[in-house]
Amino acid sequence: MTVLEIDGVSKTYGSGDDAFAAIAEVTLTTRPGEVLCIVGPSGCGKTTLLRCASGLMPPTAGSVRLDERAVTAPPRSMALVFQDYSRSLLPWMSIHDNVVLPLKAARVARGERERLASEALASVGLDPLGRRYPWQLSGGMQQRAAIARALAYQPEILLLDEPFASVDAQTRADLEDLLLEVWNRTGLTVLLVTHDIDEAVYLGSRIVVLSASPTRVKETIDVDLPRPRDQIGTKELPGFAHLRASVFASIKEESLRRPVDT
Amino acid sequence: MTDGPSPRTSRRARDRVEAVVLPVLGVAVTLAAFEVAPRIGLLPRSSFPPFSEIFATLTDLVTTAELWEAVLDTLDAWARALAIATLIGVPLGLAIGSNHIGALLSRLTIDFLRPIPSVALIPILVLVYGTRPSLKVTLAVFGATFPLLFQAMYGVADVDPVAKDTGRAFGMGWWARLRHIVLPSCAPYLATGLRISASVALILVVTGEYIVGVPGLGAEVLVAYSSGAFERMYALIVVAGLLGLLVNLGFHAVERRALSWHPSHRPDEGATA
Amino acid sequence: MTRSWIGRLVLLLVVPVALVALWWWTSAESGSVYYPPLSRIVEKLQEDWLFEQVGSDLVPSLGRFTAGYLIAALTGIALGTLIGLAPRVRRASQPVTEFLRSIPPPLLLPFVLVVVGLGNASKIVLIVLGSVWPVLLNTIDGVHGVDPETLDMARSFGIGRRMQLTRVILPAASPKIAVGMRTSLSVALILMVISEMQASTNGLGFQVLSAQRSFDTAGTYAGVIVIGVVGLVVNLGFLVAEGWIMRWHRGARGLLEDTQRGRRPARGPGARARDATTTPRDERRMVGTTGVME
Repeated sequence: MTVLEIDGVSKTYGSGDDAFAAIAEVTLTTRPGEVLCIVGPSGCGKTTLLRCASGLMPPTAGSVRLDERAVTAPPRSMALVFQDYSRSLLPWMSIHDNVVLPLKAARVARGERERLASEALASVGLDPLGRRYPWQLSGGMQQRAAIARALAYQPEILLLDEPFASVDAQTRADLEDLLLEVWNRTGLTVLLVTHDIDEAVYLGSRIVVLSASPTRVKETIDVDLPRPRDQIGTKELPGFAHLRASVFASIKEESLRRPVDT
Repeated sequence: MTDGPSPRTSRRARDRVEAVVLPVLGVAVTLAAFEVAPRIGLLPRSSFPPFSEIFATLTDLVTTAELWEAVLDTLDAWARALAIATLIGVPLGLAIGSNHIGALLSRLTIDFLRPIPSVALIPILVLVYGTRPSLKVTLAVFGATFPLLFQAMYGVADVDPVAKDTGRAFGMGWWARLRHIVLPSCAPYLATGLRISASVALILVVTGEYIVGVPGLGAEVLVAYSSGAFERMYALIVVAGLLGLLVNLGFHAVERRALSWHPSHRPDEGATA
Repeated sequence: MTRSWIGRLVLLLVVPVALVALWWWTSAESGSVYYPPLSRIVEKLQEDWLFEQVGSDLVPSLGRFTAGYLIAALTGIALGTLIGLAPRVRRASQPVTEFLRSIPPPLLLPFVLVVVGLGNASKIVLIVLGSVWPVLLNTIDGVHGVDPETLDMARSFGIGRRMQLTRVILPAASPKIAVGMRTSLSVALILMVISEMQASTNGLGFQVLSAQRSFDTAGTYAGVIVIGVVGLVVNLGFLVAEGWIMRWHRGARGLLEDTQRGRRPARGPGARARDATTTPRDERRMVGTTGVME
């Protein structure tokens, strides 16, 4: 089982008087097969943290390890889902070709490629739409395609950066359930960055609350809500409301602490 | 940000240095290449003198009244052509762009005339004008009208309908709407059109001068070429290039001002040539 | 009247037909040397260009044009990609490329004539030197401006340098490259005509200028019309090819209103977000940023 260790990671842009510490020092470790949600006040460097964690950006200090191996570039066993599907799906390729592209790059044999792609598309409910282009689909459908691309890549850990931030509320709920369903089936480790507290509580096994900039881990909260979860039942539980309130309070404190001009 | 980390080196400070050093370096390398290439036979020395010799001729040339008269001849025709092109292109473009029927009526005529290489008209213009300056002005007007016409059409088609309705709701007449709503919101488009047209007009004025021998910078190049005065010929071409650069940069600045308040303005836009 | 297709057709045709009719009518009795009867021009068109001078003049012209344009386009794309990928080279080359493309392209003719000579090669070299800039500058711009998040995606899935180039960077830059190529097309046509006017013994430019020098006015007009038609056909051909190759781009911008399957293109935050990267407005404003000569 896969373990991602983020150890004392900090990121500073510029130096001298211009220096800006996006992340002061963040340490956290995923547990195998959990959904770890990262929340924090807006502008606290969540995306920067994810970019460091995935090896897209080298941290200024500290280290990231995936299964004891240092992450300096995105590892093969990790897949990412970006917030802005319109920029991460290539508009000049069909949905199918978008899903297949990473497999081609990984030199997966043709037959295997096709099998993985159609399985992944089926698992997100897009199997009849593979020939379509991204721009012919709704936002929710496009984000499904991005998830299918990540699944077809057969990762052991899935990193998602505010994946449902640009879709409407109903679609968002559908996609959250899709993610839970996929997670149930595959046993992936999931690291999800979000600004939506409900989403974090609903999806997460644990929630990491980040402090305002310069960012540190403020608090880690265990989500002891029963699984399987569902949009109505789970959200009616007293435990849900309680968790939600404590995460909210924790973030609110941070928002107030922030200097006015940011 | 996506590049490697640079601990202890300030990226911005390095950027500032590079912004000055790199362009200077680029120019220096290019000039050196044009100096060396004829000397080592990469370019035929008899017809392409080393840059230092061209430069010496250029410094002599800028002290002669002859050069400045030619430049003035060229600029005079250019300014007149640009003014006429604006007076034709902008009103016509606004009319066509804001009117569905006008668009249909003019469509085929414009689509047919636009791809005609303007220089093809030179023989007819010679028949009509001989070597009078009107030749180059007419040639330039033909070429420079289209960019303005099209930008005006796109601009007026892009005016926010809500803004137009607001104008109508407040009882503004068509002149007031034109002045306060249509023209301001078209301004970025028109500025772009003006920049393109200004370049096109200059190119065509010089072309007319060069091909037909109408007095001006282009004709000077022609004379230098046919008399074998190659240093002078290249010096004049450099002057024409600098003139073109000046026109381009000048109108780029105008365009940037027109754009600065417009929602379409993005900081990375300056990247586009 | 604008609803039915017949009404639209009438509106489309009325001005061109009226103009031609006006030309025919006003020139019919014209004794002016400068304004020959249109009927005479049409006769001349048939005599000269159906098909006597097609092989001797039209074909050589088009050959030079095609060779020069293709070399310019390929050079511009290749060089532009290299420069666009290297930010420092891009910065260093900027003032030089800005200056070189500011030289009125016809003034490159004397340079080419003295350095390369009078043959076919010099005309092709002229076309290349004059029309390479729009492709080059737009390619640099397009390659440099690829969305960083798109590149992040490619890197995160372990897509290598070469595949990034062919599958991500070049397609992403292709709308700008197409804009550059469209501009270059006009420049290449102009330079074809000009080079033939000054230093040739055949070709469209040569024929039209020699007709004018021998005071064959109707022949001059006929030649100009032929050049106009060539320009029209070449441009149309380009637009058709571009429209087909870049159909994803029109679709992605939401301009492909209803597809044959009858669905509407995606609208929403995503569609808008993409619009922000290349709005039709940008596209239009980009047209000819690099010194068009229409």
